[in-house]
Amino acid sequence: METPRPDATVPVLECRNLSISYDTNAGEVPAVTDFNLRLMPGEAHGLVGESGCGKSTVALAIMRYLGRNGRITGGQILLNGRDLLAMPEAELCRLRGSEIAMIYQEPMASLNPSMKIGAQLVEVPRRHGGLGRSEAGNHAAAMLARVRIPDVERVRNAYPHQLSGGQQQRVMIAMALLANPKVLLLDEPTTALDVTVEAGIVELIKEIAAEFGTSMLYISHNLGLVQESCARLTVMYAGEAVETGPVAEVFRNMRHPYTRGLFGSIPLPGADKTSRTLTAIPGQLPSPRSRPLGCNFGPRCAEFRAGLCDQAAVPMLAVASGRTSRCLRVAEIDWAAPPVSGTRRAPGPPGEVLLSVEELSKSYGGVKANRDLTFEARQGETLAIVGESGCGKSTLARVIMGLEAASGGKVFYRGRDLGQLPVTRRDTPTVRSLQMVFQNPFDTLNPSHTIGFQIARVIRKFGTAKGEAQIRARVEQLLDIVKLPREFVMRRPRQLSGGQKQRVGIARAFAGNPALVVADEPVSALDVSVQAAVTELLMDIQQEHGTTMLFISHDLSVVRYLADRVVVMYLGRIMEQGRTRDVFAPPYHPYTEALLSAVPIADPDMEKRKVALEGELPSPSNPPKGCPLSTRCRYAIAGLCDRDLPPQQDFGHGHRIACHLPREMLLAMEPVFRDGAQATRHGNAEKEVSHV
Amino acid sequence: MNSPLPAALPPAVLPGWRRPEPLTVVLLLLAFVWLSLSTYVMVPDRLGVAHRWLLLPAIPAVIAVHVLLLRMFSRSTVAVVGITMVMLWILVAAAAPYLPLLDPNRPVAPYQMPFTTKNGMTFWLGTDMRGRDILSRTLWGSQRVLVWGITATFSAYVVGAFLGLVAGYLGGWWDEALSFLGNMVLSFPVMILLILVLNYLGQSGFNIIIAVTCSSAPAIMRIVRGLAMDARGRDYIQAAQTRGESVVWIMLIEILPNVRGPLIVDACLRLGYTTVMITTLTFLGLGLQPPDPDWGLMIKEAASSALLWKFAYMIIVPSIAVSTLILGFNLLADGLRELSQKD
Repeated sequence: METPRPDATVPVLECRNLSISYDTNAGEVPAVTDFNLRLMPGEAHGLVGESGCGKSTVALAIMRYLGRNGRITGGQILLNGRDLLAMPEAELCRLRGSEIAMIYQEPMASLNPSMKIGAQLVEVPRRHGGLGRSEAGNHAAAMLARVRIPDVERVRNAYPHQLSGGQQQRVMIAMALLANPKVLLLDEPTTALDVTVEAGIVELIKEIAAEFGTSMLYISHNLGLVQESCARLTVMYAGEAVETGPVAEVFRNMRHPYTRGLFGSIPLPGADKTSRTLTAIPGQLPSPRSRPLGCNFGPRCAEFRAGLCDQAAVPMLAVASGRTSRCLRVAEIDWAAPPVSGTRRAPGPPGEVLLSVEELSKSYGGVKANRDLTFEARQGETLAIVGESGCGKSTLARVIMGLEAASGGKVFYRGRDLGQLPVTRRDTPTVRSLQMVFQNPFDTLNPSHTIGFQIARVIRKFGTAKGEAQIRARVEQLLDIVKLPREFVMRRPRQLSGGQKQRVGIARAFAGNPALVVADEPVSALDVSVQAAVTELLMDIQQEHGTTMLFISHDLSVVRYLADRVVVMYLGRIMEQGRTRDVFAPPYHPYTEALLSAVPIADPDMEKRKVALEGELPSPSNPPKGCPLSTRCRYAIAGLCDRDLPPQQDFGHGHRIACHLPREMLLAMEPVFRDGAQATRHGNAEKEVSHV
Repeated sequence: MNSPLPAALPPAVLPGWRRPEPLTVVLLLLAFVWLSLSTYVMVPDRLGVAHRWLLLPAIPAVIAVHVLLLRMFSRSTVAVVGITMVMLWILVAAAAPYLPLLDPNRPVAPYQMPFTTKNGMTFWLGTDMRGRDILSRTLWGSQRVLVWGITATFSAYVVGAFLGLVAGYLGGWWDEALSFLGNMVLSFPVMILLILVLNYLGQSGFNIIIAVTCSSAPAIMRIVRGLAMDARGRDYIQAAQTRGESVVWIMLIEILPNVRGPLIVDACLRLGYTTVMITTLTFLGLGLQPPDPDWGLMIKEAASSALLWKFAYMIIVPSIAVSTLILGFNLLADGLRELSQKD
């Protein structure tokens, strides 16, 4: 985190009462209204909000790059005191890239696939700096080294597809920095990356801001990332900024019901399903065309007062020095009150073993996706399978579901080996008891059929209800369970929001009363507040039915929150497994340690130990000999780890770590998180109350 | 996220499971019209008295379809023009037996110019070299072109779509084999292929269907194969697999409805091609045989007489008829594509 320089009094970028609209077939749609921002030199400012809140529109407006149907309908954008809106196109072209640069979410889509990296980078200094070819080339190479790209020469001569996602994003950052811009706009720069790669990029962005003195506008939906990389933040909702202020202060003492709602819906370290339930924000984001009169958040707000909040547009109100909130009741609401929390779940006793995987391997040609997996899942428990992309967790799900046959090993379900039995050859009771919830809400339902048809089909197929009337009753009952209105039976998927589709997906999975549900990243494509609702729903249904759940995820916060036991995978192998509290506390496997350290935490009082993984993920078709992590592990013992498979070390209660490190060394590991202010936080809260 | 509505709704007011959509109604009516027309044209002898009245109910059906389609596609002018051109010809085909027309096969007075009156009969579009009324022959001729053209295209679609689904969804060995066969057929020039098939099987309307199916199905298979391969990786297909659905169910119920958009556009274009193909075949003397009126036959029979500019109307009238029908199909395809991009 960097603080503004002391001499900085003039903002480098300022938005004053900015309003932006899009022209569509159905008329003008307001995207952003009355947006204010002051970005000081060298400052990093976070812009947080859920999808559709207008944060990317703000960035594009600052670039004056809204597209043909976008229009700035009011306000000013000042760059070093000059009005960008009054500037001619030629002048803007000069400014873009040299004064303001933007980094997008998908690095692959931002790089030209048919040009070598070197040639693309050289364009910037030649265009904006007027440098010659060789000089520009040297400049580009130096910049690649500064964004910590290890083998600069190879990367310069590579095409974008030959680089990993993390390297591509580093190249994009180098390209943005080549003209030494004053302002850097980052639009979800790490959302498409794995969590350990993300940690590296975030670290790099912070270093660069300090080194170059660049001001940054950091757009993200992830509160933790903003906490780790920004000094100030603006929370946006439905096209408006609802709260601004220094990150740490806002995170400790929110002053807008929406911000508080956002925090209530993310799992924080230290909380699990037995201590605190997630609280989703009720209702849905209003569409830009049907925003309510008065406060946009009014219809979803617990503090809503008719006659006050629904009268006229709410202005930004100063709360404290440097802090504003768009809430009329900011002085009346008891902000120190503990968040409303649902009933606590009592952890059930572990049942009998339902699924037992032994030495399971699966390879596609030369690619070994799963190697020697051994674990078991008990009746009624949630077993999380954690790992980054390419670790083989989805392949595992496909083998268990019978969509692929195992190459070796066994998958016992209720004592029967299903490993070699594709789903078409399994008997109906087995097929019925193994069901799946899928990741992508836009893909999980067949767009051609109604919701009712799709749920009813499962019931018919498995014969859980007979006769039209009974089937219809069961469909309605399932819709009730997933808290969707019954008239959805006649809707088609395109009429539903992402969260609603995911609910239907859950209803479909539970329609046949399965004993085991495999949930493959069921909430990762959803917005934060929707994630909370869907996660809670999934757990409620699971607990009610006593269903076993295999929860596949890359998100350690969610896993920590809902899992009873965790399996950590890397490059097709299990690195560590055990009860959740054992895995999330020392002793750690070095990979678990790095994963935990990479998770951004939305809690300014939480202290985190930095552990970085070096290098890139090796190709699964040519994994390292010995321990798969040996190429990136900072503890790697040369001559041992890169040669022999690590032994399983048992730490009790089924906590097993596959590592060569001596037992004493693993036991001596320090925790990654330390709650630095469990006590001081209460003190702060009391202080704030008296202050207000 | 849901709205807190459901509690207020009594379960009894639930709408029925399937409320007919306009598209379903249109498809049912079109199927009815097509069935009546093809029975009328293909097996006229087996119907007895019913033959006279068979097409009467089809006339209001055509008009209803036209109105419904115009309402559905009113946002696209191109589609409206296309629909009107095609539906007009279908209306003519259905109404031909009940219009006050001369017998299309009866020679009256040869070489009459358009707009002449003789023996109390007015020949609006003149007569041909055998003295048959061209107006009557053109209107009656629409029946055969439409029936054989649509049937042949439909048959090509059934075969092509099924093979495409098999190749695209099952993949692997099936895909290799079917794609190889398809490429072999596609490497023949279309006309040569048609002539080969018709020479081998003999010349009749039904064999035209087989010939067109042979030549069009591989191209359709390719389109469907690509679309099915895309659909195969979707989560909803995996969901169907994990509940143990059969291959046929997945192909027909889960995949086919989702690839219909591009298929319908292609079908409209292909109807145009098929019309050209059939007209060309009859022009070459293959396929449909005299004396019943057909546009290709009319062009062929008039070809030598029409060398004289004075008698060019004999060839121009059926040519315009063919062109308007093909143009109608093509405009309809363009309009549908435009509409699909608007949504």
